[in-house]
Amino acid sequence: MTVIETKNLRKTYDTNHIEVHAVNGVDLKIEEGEFTALVGPSGSGKTTLLNLIGGLDEASEGEVIVGGTVITGLKDSKLIDFRLHNIGYVFQAYNLIPVLTAVENVEFIMLLQNRPKAEREARALELLKKVGLEDKAKSRPGEMSGGQQQRVAVARALASKPRFILADEPTANLDSISTTNLLDIMAKLNQEEKITFIFATHDQRVISKARRVVTIDDGKIISDEKRDA
Amino acid sequence: MVDRNPEYSLMLDSQKIDALQNHPEIKFISQRSLFNGMASSTAGGNGVMITGIDPDAERDVTNMWSMVSEGSYFESGKKNEVLIGERLAKKMKVAPGNKIVLTFQDTEGTIVSGAFRITGLFKTASSKYDEVSVFVKNQDLINLLGTGFGMHEIAILLKNELILEEVKSELSTMLPGNLIEGWREISPELGYADDMMATFLYLFLLIVMFALSFGIINTMLMAVLERKKELGMLMSVGMNKGRVFLMIMFESIFLGVTAGPIGIGLSYLTVAYFQSTGLDLSMWGEGLESFGISSTIYPVVEREYYVIISVLVVLTSILSSIYPARKALKLNPVESLRAI
Repeated sequence: MTVIETKNLRKTYDTNHIEVHAVNGVDLKIEEGEFTALVGPSGSGKTTLLNLIGGLDEASEGEVIVGGTVITGLKDSKLIDFRLHNIGYVFQAYNLIPVLTAVENVEFIMLLQNRPKAEREARALELLKKVGLEDKAKSRPGEMSGGQQQRVAVARALASKPRFILADEPTANLDSISTTNLLDIMAKLNQEEKITFIFATHDQRVISKARRVVTIDDGKIISDEKRDA
Repeated sequence: MVDRNPEYSLMLDSQKIDALQNHPEIKFISQRSLFNGMASSTAGGNGVMITGIDPDAERDVTNMWSMVSEGSYFESGKKNEVLIGERLAKKMKVAPGNKIVLTFQDTEGTIVSGAFRITGLFKTASSKYDEVSVFVKNQDLINLLGTGFGMHEIAILLKNELILEEVKSELSTMLPGNLIEGWREISPELGYADDMMATFLYLFLLIVMFALSFGIINTMLMAVLERKKELGMLMSVGMNKGRVFLMIMFESIFLGVTAGPIGIGLSYLTVAYFQSTGLDLSMWGEGLESFGISSTIYPVVEREYYVIISVLVVLTSILSSIYPARKALKLNPVESLRAI
């Protein structure tokens, strides 16, 4: 089943009256349960493509269809609500709320979804267990390593029960052990729970784990390679 | 304006005086006789306003007794005692125990003189008043003039100042032919000063609220800009604009609601402290005294002001948070996430 589809997707920036095509006519289909890496050099347009797929940025042309809903052109308020219920994000810099504990950071998304307290707490603890951080539930981000913080961010992304998770350079700030741990957890979630992951990365360790590698350059897809599990 | 012609006196009989004394809204009354005259000592003469009082009744109505700075307030019980202003004493080069001669006209226009011994000196907030005022006992004036003169004014202390106008109109009906005035009419300059103080208070309040408002705007704007990345993340993961707006608003309100009571508590303690010790403005004493204002101020803040200020603080916090909250709404999630 196709989770995401882009049709002739374009994003053009006007920099000092010079048009820059960050994404230039991308047609892409992501199927449910895929573990996809969008790769390419810096400035190739992978993060912009990820932002367009996630509804964070507005396309200049073309369509993004998520689970049958055309999200390009949705009103701001509807798009925010759509993101809340359909998309999970993992950011390069973790972006956890520093004053909240790990479990509160995970719970927070469910709070925005108005889920009951008991359900929030139970699911947050379950997700922290899945990412191997049940013993850090009461720790604040400042008391955890970068790898641990990113695992909390993955748990947070999963909390809203999204259709897919978008991860922008999730391993860029991590050492190799933390990267391996994080990738193992994400691969396990992908295989066992069929969660769709899309990474924007140029980290070889991520690319080697991906089962589909979409290479982008100058805003265009130049190769799309599927690998066996 | 009081006409100090002894010919004119109050049209009151003893029944009406009793009625005044027994009036439910009147606390105390003090009958006074007023004469313009001359006070003379060996150093020379000075024009003075002579006020005849009943010392005990006057003590109930005014605090003149507490302003005696030297000597005593008619406490010896001797005849022909006079209380004079410090400044007048200095001018006349006299001190308590010395004698002065008071000269004035009686009701028939005859010049009457009497020697009075200075029992004490007083110092009020007004140096001008101290220079021209002397107090003697009504009984001594009766002895000097005979019984042919009446009282010229009655000072009335009400139980509640807020019903002044109602009592005034009631007394006008009760005592026809007499002039009935409140303190604002007798001393309009004090009334103006009071009104001016109230206006200044509101002006200061406005300035303080402006300062508070800029303080909150500055703090919250910094909070928004410093947390750009966090706000970007919140908006990215699905926090809607209404919630972002409310979050910033609530932070500002908490700031106001937390800091407000602390500030009000501190001000209450400060006011209470200066209420007992007085705020010493003697550095500007001379200037203040020429306006009839004491150089030591005993501040009083009424309870309603605390309520008004608390409400204003919360309102200012709410209004001041609108701009930073709008600023937060305008953040672009993608750009905010890139913020360092």
